[in-house]
Amino acid sequence: MLYAILCYNQEDVVGAWSREEEDAVMERLAAVQKPLATAGRLGPVARLLPTTAATTLRKGGAEPLVIDGPFAETKEQLLGFYVIDCAGLEEALDVARDLARANPGPGSYEIRPLRLFRPGAMPA
Amino acid sequence: MTETDWIHAALVSARPQAMGALLRYFRDLDTAEEAFQEACLRALRNWPQHGPPRDPAAWLIFAGRNTAIDAKRREKKQAALPEEEQISDLDDVETPLAERLDGAHYRDDILRLLFVCCHPELPATQQIALALRVVCGLTVRQIARAFLVGESAMEQRITRAKSRIAAAGIPFETPGAAERSERLAAVAAMVYLIFNEGYTAGGPPDGGRAQLCEEAIRLARLLLRLFQAEPEIMGLTALMLLQHARAPARFGADGAVIVLEDQDRGLWNGPMIAEGLALIDKAMRHRRRGPYLVQAAIAALHARARRPDDTDWAQIDLLYASLELLQPSPVVTLNRAVAVAKVRGPEAALAMIEPLASRLSGYFYFFGVKGGLLRQLGRGREARIAFDQAIALAHTTAEAEHIRQHLDRLARDDDGAPSP
Repeated sequence: MLYAILCYNQEDVVGAWSREEEDAVMERLAAVQKPLATAGRLGPVARLLPTTAATTLRKGGAEPLVIDGPFAETKEQLLGFYVIDCAGLEEALDVARDLARANPGPGSYEIRPLRLFRPGAMPA
Repeated sequence: MTETDWIHAALVSARPQAMGALLRYFRDLDTAEEAFQEACLRALRNWPQHGPPRDPAAWLIFAGRNTAIDAKRREKKQAALPEEEQISDLDDVETPLAERLDGAHYRDDILRLLFVCCHPELPATQQIALALRVVCGLTVRQIARAFLVGESAMEQRITRAKSRIAAAGIPFETPGAAERSERLAAVAAMVYLIFNEGYTAGGPPDGGRAQLCEEAIRLARLLLRLFQAEPEIMGLTALMLLQHARAPARFGADGAVIVLEDQDRGLWNGPMIAEGLALIDKAMRHRRRGPYLVQAAIAALHARARRPDDTDWAQIDLLYASLELLQPSPVVTLNRAVAVAKVRGPEAALAMIEPLASRLSGYFYFFGVKGGLLRQLGRGREARIAFDQAIALAHTTAEAEHIRQHLDRLARDDDGAPSP
């Protein structure tokens, strides 16, 4: 079963990390990713650029409306995601727990089973 | 990263909002700063025990106000204990407070805070120093190191700036829409000044100055979150990201300047470039060109070129032409001449900068560019004079060293090898 692990955190706090802090977190996350990659269970890992770089197409009117940014008023933002292959929810939760330990502070990981709609054809 | 590190990051990111609100409350920079510092100390004691609050800024504002009120009570010799327990009951006090401090309030607070720092009566260096101290929370030592002055001199500079502001009397009322956009322009200019203080003065990226660039980018991202539909703020943020992305390639191991053409493009920071390009794309949809956005677009053309030869100089020339219209200045024309030299040759570029001689007679880059163009035209003797003038105007040893390399190359030209 494929699972998406969606990474939510406070953009303000993550954005205030210094280079050293950021590097340290990335190193610890890489350690969690490595065994998954070796086992061929790690799909794309994506980091979303800041919400300020986002544009939204809002449906509703006759013509969809294009607006700057998601104007996120929520406490936490979706900052990135993983796609992993797991036997079941418990295993996916274990991965998320490892990620949580590697990544400091509050925030949350949403685990969503997913069906691959198209495998994609982008070069790595 | 330990828990304390996370708390530290939260305090840094909450600082502008909390300081802004405390300034509105106390109307005095020193009191607001002391209150904020006391609130941070309480956070360090309290958060590990009770967990991080839902809204760190609101928590700090509340704690900061309480502390100052406690201090006043103590002055009156009333035996009031610090209300540690009261702030510890997070949800009781924090939720209503956070609700009252809505986004619009925060927005005005931070703007006001930044605006206080870029008070027109202060010289630019004091504006920057004050903003770094008050908004970013850098220590006096960090700021002093970045400006290459002694700690006590910087302390004095900041104190003088604060007393000037106190004497001038700053209006604290909520600004109207027109005033707000006026302030935004002043604030954007100050953020860019902070960046340039870190960028132009040079030095290897691990020095104190790189920190200024990073703080400026942080402030710009903050402004962008407050004004998400302002193309010029998108442009400013993109401009700084694209310029700072090159930082790892701008200096050699010996600290010497490496010019754009010779930089190892593999060292450029990819994610920063991606964010910058995304912001420009977004901003362009507004069809409202401002100087920051145009400069960002120029930086983007450099960032997009895989090799120096891939650079779209014709497009850069056009962008500089529109920058000349938006913001006429001899420095812009000088920069345009560099693009013109690539597109139409050194002769055309030289003709373009010659009329600027009197206005740029004290400008290092003018003589650097002029010398380079003269050398390309095979006018070695005149090139040497221009380079000598550039060295005399160099601000840093790295700048002087860079020109010296040009002079060495000229000497080699004289030895018989014709210049390219």
